[in-house]
Amino acid sequence: MAGYPVWNQEAARSIIAGLAHLEGATLPILHALQDEFGHVDPQAVPLIAEALNLSRAEVHGAITFYHDFRTAPPPRRVIKLCRAEACQSLGCEAMVEELAETHGIVVDGEPAGDAVVETVYCLGNCALGPSALVDGELIGRVDAARIAGLCQQERAQS
Amino acid sequence: MSAAAAIRIFVPVDAAALSVGAEAVAEAIAREAANRALPVEIVRNGSRGMLWLEPLVEVETPQGRVAYGPVAAKDVPGLIEAGLVEGGAHPLRLGPTDELDWMKRQQRLTFARVGITDPLSIADYRAHGGFAGLQKALALTGAEIVQAIKASGLRGRGGAGFPTGIKWQTVHDAAADQKYIVCNADEGDSGTFADRMLFEGDPYLVIEGMAIAAVAVGATRGYIYLRSEYPHAHRTLQRAILKAEAAGLIGASILGSGHAFHLEVRLGAGAYICGEETSLLESLEGKRAIVRAKPPLPALQGLFGKPTVVNNVLSFAAVPWIMDHGAQAYADYGLGRSRGTLPVQLGGNVKRGGLIELAFGISLREIIEDMGGGTLSGRPIRAVQVGGPLGAYLTAGQLDVKMDYEALAAMRAMLGHGGIVVFDDTVDMAKQARFAFQFCAKESCGKCTPCRVGATRGVEVMDRIIADVERPKNIAVLRDLAKLMTDASLCAMGNLTPMPVMSALNHFPEDFDRPPLPLAAE
Ligand SMILES: Cc1cc2nc3c(=O)[nH]c(=O)nc-3n(C[C@H](O)[C@H](O)[C@H](O)COP(=O)(O)O)c2cc1C
Ligand code: SF4
Ligand code: FES
Repeated sequence: MAGYPVWNQEAARSIIAGLAHLEGATLPILHALQDEFGHVDPQAVPLIAEALNLSRAEVHGAITFYHDFRTAPPPRRVIKLCRAEACQSLGCEAMVEELAETHGIVVDGEPAGDAVVETVYCLGNCALGPSALVDGELIGRVDAARIAGLCQQERAQS
Repeated sequence: MSAAAAIRIFVPVDAAALSVGAEAVAEAIAREAANRALPVEIVRNGSRGMLWLEPLVEVETPQGRVAYGPVAAKDVPGLIEAGLVEGGAHPLRLGPTDELDWMKRQQRLTFARVGITDPLSIADYRAHGGFAGLQKALALTGAEIVQAIKASGLRGRGGAGFPTGIKWQTVHDAAADQKYIVCNADEGDSGTFADRMLFEGDPYLVIEGMAIAAVAVGATRGYIYLRSEYPHAHRTLQRAILKAEAAGLIGASILGSGHAFHLEVRLGAGAYICGEETSLLESLEGKRAIVRAKPPLPALQGLFGKPTVVNNVLSFAAVPWIMDHGAQAYADYGLGRSRGTLPVQLGGNVKRGGLIELAFGISLREIIEDMGGGTLSGRPIRAVQVGGPLGAYLTAGQLDVKMDYEALAAMRAMLGHGGIVVFDDTVDMAKQARFAFQFCAKESCGKCTPCRVGATRGVEVMDRIIADVERPKNIAVLRDLAKLMTDASLCAMGNLTPMPVMSALNHFPEDFDRPPLPLAAE
């Protein structure tokens, strides 16, 4: 997955301007910024507040409420590992332990190489778990070795 | 072979099929066919719902569609060699798709087209009965449509089971300059994927259902609030809406009727609570998704304070069939106060998992044992969670209960969105109880104390029970806490978190009395 461009206040401003006319534009704007830059830089807060006629506190509150939004650039690869019940029934918790013990990859911890593994709850692939979402691609019947391989691969490339 | 019409081969584009390699299979088929100059047209369909057989490849033959699966890319040369394009024999050949037991047992009304058509082809959609319901609805008054939905007995498929027609009546009767139709596609429950499969396999159906709702209540704008964990569904929906607008199915004038209906997809941002309808509305308005107190009902003061229909994906998706075939035909399926069909999602530790649409009334045992074939691990079934993370855990001995809102409620369980998650005998129910609190603590919107603080307390109490610290005392604390959360929380997140916890404690007390675990090595 390609890296994101560095935060650019002017580009952010034009993304915001392009979406500000929407009803309830906050989330579409936050998603668009994150799609473009990989994160929503705190510098976006006053821009959004001004464009939508909101207080900075309201915009900041929205950014922090939702698990999806990052306020710093992400590692090159983000692996979202499902740890909800259906994947639990197929051993995702044992997998989390194996990742830590055998591969030194701590879920929700520091990036391993240039990849990070994060917890999510359900990817809608509950009949083919354990499941992970890797750079937007869904993977079923995943195991620790495969996850570790995906982290490694990124390490090798970067 | 002559250069006659190309043979149609179906390879699903459903995310579950892709998760086990469907893309590579489609590429391999295209490559092999090109190498051998076989005239093949690859159609990327939805999934038939037999997820353990994915990637499931089908070939159209004069005798109907023939299925092969699960196909790996490396199997493709051998399959082509064996005469895949004529439906030839091969160890992976399953036979005519419609003859497979899994398909034959179902009553597919909502999922009738999923896996059969090209999801984004409007021509295909029409050819398979699409827009017939909307066409009929356009000839009726709003009140007549509402009446039909009431008579069908349709209850909301998002979890609470509220009668859809009554909700629509309220919005219909409200006077306002602007009304909204909101589709709840947050599908956060573990073990559920029907909304996703429908969007990826038959997106126009939900669009049609929402358009009928718009005509019925006099709304001109609609939003589909889709969880961000579904990037594939998001792409398909966006393309479907653009195509539907371009074809005049929605937009300034629904099928040329003069009714305007402007529809947009909006992405959630990874918060389970956004499935709760008032939280969802706050999120659509661009705010932190804090649950609203009810009343006022969203039907009267919903999105931006305007009368709003909020329904689950499957509720809207049932509507076109009802309008096309009649309310009574729908109500003829099911039993008691649970009318029509329910798309059941079978997952977890199960041999044959997938989507099963059946009239209400089938037992859990038939679903899990007959259709599901028992556990994937081959070990005995020990627990089954029905209805998502807020649903009860049942024992293997309780599986004769029928899929029916009231029957499950009578055993302190709930149907929810129809998800069934199977666990084998390695499950530790004290850990599952702890997880229920942990999930609630992480996903609570924080508005009310019983839920916000109670969930965190719950994790602590479970930690003590698991570590064998004053167990009898802590189990008493647990029961009190559960009662408090049930009685005093503002919404079902806090009200229902005790359901999985208490069912685990009451049905599996031995797991709350195990030798203490050594401290976790975290
Ligand atoms: C914590 C919580 C999560 C919910 N998640 C969903 C969901 O993901 N999808 C859904 O349709 N309804 C969900 N609901 C139910 C909605 O609040 C609401 O009842 C539903 O959208 C109404 O539509 P229906 O009548 O068609 O079911 C949830 C409720 C709660 C309390
Ligand atoms: S019960 Fe929980 S999720 Fe619901 S309003 Fe209270 S704090 Fe929010
Ligand atoms: S529980 Fe893991 S994909 Fe649904």
